[in-house]
Amino acid sequence: MTSQTFFNISAGAYIAAMVIYIIYLVTRNRTVGITATTVTIFGFVSQTIAFLSRWSHSYDFWVRSNPASGFIESLLRAAPLRNLYESLIFFVWSIILIHLVIEFKYKVRSLGAFVTPIAALVLLFIDISGTSKEIQPLMPALQSNWLLFHVLLAFLGYAAFGVSFGAAAAYIVMITESKKEKTYIFWSIIIGIFIVVLIAMGIDFMSLSSAERSELIQSHFLKATFRSESGGVVAISWAISIAFVLAVWQFGLGLKKVLSSLSLTPNMLDEITYKSINVGFPLFTIGGLLMGAIWANSAWGKYWSWDPKETWSLITWFVYALYLHARYVKGWRGKRVAILAVIGFIAVIFTYLGVNLVLSGLHSYGSE
Amino acid sequence: MEEEKKKEDVFETVWKFLASVKLAVAVFIILALSSIIGTIVEQQAEPAKNIALLAKFFGDSAAPTVYNIFAKLGFMDMYRSWWFVSFLIIFSINLIVCSLDRFPKTWKLVKMPLKPLAENVIRTLPVKKETKLKTTLNAAKDEFFNSLRSSKYQVLESNENNAVQLYCEKWRYARLGVYVVHLSIILIFLGAIIGARFGFGGYLNLPEGEESDVAFITEGGKIPLGFSVKCNWYNTKYYEGIDTPQEFQSELAIIENGKEVLKKVIEVNSPLTYKGITFYQSSYGMVPNANGYFILGIKPNGGQQNTLSLRFGDTFEIPGTGITGTIVDFSPALGRDPRTGELATYAENMVNPAIAIQFNMPGQEGFKGWIFRRYPQTGILPGGHEVKFDDYWGVEYTGLQVRKDPGVWLIYFACIIMAIGLYVTFFISHKKIWIHLAHEAPGGKGPVRISIGGMTHRNRLAFEKEIEHILARASHAIEGKHTKK
Repeated sequence: MTSQTFFNISAGAYIAAMVIYIIYLVTRNRTVGITATTVTIFGFVSQTIAFLSRWSHSYDFWVRSNPASGFIESLLRAAPLRNLYESLIFFVWSIILIHLVIEFKYKVRSLGAFVTPIAALVLLFIDISGTSKEIQPLMPALQSNWLLFHVLLAFLGYAAFGVSFGAAAAYIVMITESKKEKTYIFWSIIIGIFIVVLIAMGIDFMSLSSAERSELIQSHFLKATFRSESGGVVAISWAISIAFVLAVWQFGLGLKKVLSSLSLTPNMLDEITYKSINVGFPLFTIGGLLMGAIWANSAWGKYWSWDPKETWSLITWFVYALYLHARYVKGWRGKRVAILAVIGFIAVIFTYLGVNLVLSGLHSYGSE
Repeated sequence: MEEEKKKEDVFETVWKFLASVKLAVAVFIILALSSIIGTIVEQQAEPAKNIALLAKFFGDSAAPTVYNIFAKLGFMDMYRSWWFVSFLIIFSINLIVCSLDRFPKTWKLVKMPLKPLAENVIRTLPVKKETKLKTTLNAAKDEFFNSLRSSKYQVLESNENNAVQLYCEKWRYARLGVYVVHLSIILIFLGAIIGARFGFGGYLNLPEGEESDVAFITEGGKIPLGFSVKCNWYNTKYYEGIDTPQEFQSELAIIENGKEVLKKVIEVNSPLTYKGITFYQSSYGMVPNANGYFILGIKPNGGQQNTLSLRFGDTFEIPGTGITGTIVDFSPALGRDPRTGELATYAENMVNPAIAIQFNMPGQEGFKGWIFRRYPQTGILPGGHEVKFDDYWGVEYTGLQVRKDPGVWLIYFACIIMAIGLYVTFFISHKKIWIHLAHEAPGGKGPVRISIGGMTHRNRLAFEKEIEHILARASHAIEGKHTKK
């Protein structure tokens, strides 16, 4: 079986796990919960095999064009973390890993209902953004020993931030008393926009021929809806989107009832948010910022050049530094810090995708 | 007196303000928000580019005015603007002052000698556990001692009347981790200042075969290197069969006092450093109107290879065969036009260079053939003779980034200590445990009452688990001994 087969199996397993976790959330049946965990572990093992198998293919690929390269060097150069597709897949792997660790450490199974949807959304994004799945030759700038460690640590950091986002979002729902609260309005609008953009990309995807799909993000992003040439389509897109966001706001509170009927407590969610940021922050700082700076210096002779990718990772860093200081030194708890955790993850998404897709910079090869 | 007191108050207020987390929060927010501007407005770009961008938001007529306002505010080179730098300075001052403000308290906590506590105090500590075990005081003490030792605690003991207390701590210096992180940030700023003050950043475009003893500064002007750097050759290596670059390479030689002292092939992630100045492979291109040399490897069937360097139009002979060849055409990137199927040049750079050679041999009709540099098999002639097209030398230049940054070592050092500091801050905590052991009834009678209390400055959940583990291990050992008896 090929890497792609294993990956498809894992993607199926994660989506199934998402459904089972949500059923568990509603039924609170132990067997359902255990099934959800088992399916997730199955998906994770399958994805690990897919990852290693891709690595091995990529190793052969590298050695073919670089016969003189030694074993360790080839292994480092062949790490499948070279482009948007591979990094998104690795993000899914990391977030599931961190979720499983938390599930076993804290015995909180219901968090899965918030984390697996993030994984499923990323998988959906991979599919509709039409990113290239081929093993591509490694471009000169990426031929460095830093590639593996920089990407590995940064993505584990991103994944921890992803978990904190899931927990903070659940927290905000749980403490919401009324739909008119600012926190809740903020939360439901963010989630609403998130889903609207994904659906709009889905429509882009369906309106394009298969050849055009590979350039969906670069050239056809939202062209079928919000950026359509027909004014009517634009107007309808906006109208439907606003209605949809309002519906999320109207019915999102239903989640609260489900959550409060569970063993989840706001305190526990607050703790999980804090813990995962505690893991994510050092990983992101060391792997993303420090190693990135050292690598930049050895490749371009400048450890910091304020290019958009660097600047956005610094912005992300500021948001989480703010979270940690507010919580640890100022003793802020609850809503205020939960909002920071949500904003932090929005900054992560922008650092990771927005910069490559919207802004230009030295890291632009990430969009291939 | 009054006056002095007032001064002191003012100083106190300013100090408290500069040390406050509130200021830190404000600076974090301001730096984060203003940084966003710099990622949208293209930095140090041609005005036209940003005016076009602004026109999308403000309309064509307003764009130049908005541009001028933005330019005055420093948005076009924001990270170097006076106000952004001021915020960075405030950030550093805040960092230094708040660290100085808090450090003495932390240092006191670190240096505070560990003392036994009264049992009723132990029972009010943040993490506590109580149990009773049927055993002797000594046996209980030994097992708890061993259990704490197994968890890597240095255990101290104090004997009270009819009671024993074990107390210990671990990782007291972990409290300093956060100061190491703060210090490393300051060191990074210092490194950046040193680099800006004593270093330079420039570029140098060197054609193959030429040398230079200066580099050009990006802002205009040139800077002497103190030695010469020569480009022996430049080459783009492609992946086999496709036009994707695999490596950009130049061979550089350092020449000092007329002598070559160093030679290295540089690549994108592998620069050359000499006397503190580093040369990075950054771009390449064709030298306009250059007249280069074609480097050919000629090998008659079964004979030795002979390398020739020839000009356009030159004629050579394959030794011992009577075959002659004349270079009649060159293309930097020769390929078949996908529509017409004819040979055509498809790029200006040397993506797929080829030369056309007119071959003539005695008594036979001559023929013209294209020989590709990337595909040596195209140079095998009927009869097994080979003509290899090695290079078209002297027509490309290598684009080098030239940098001197004496602050970079401080940056590297700061990165290392920041990594250590972060690890200590987030993954290690200062833990203290007290265990009070006494018989329930006076006179050494009854079960032994065990009160455990503990304190940690972070990661309390993990600490609670650790204490549970220590308790379980000791109880288990004690019970095990009893069942044996």
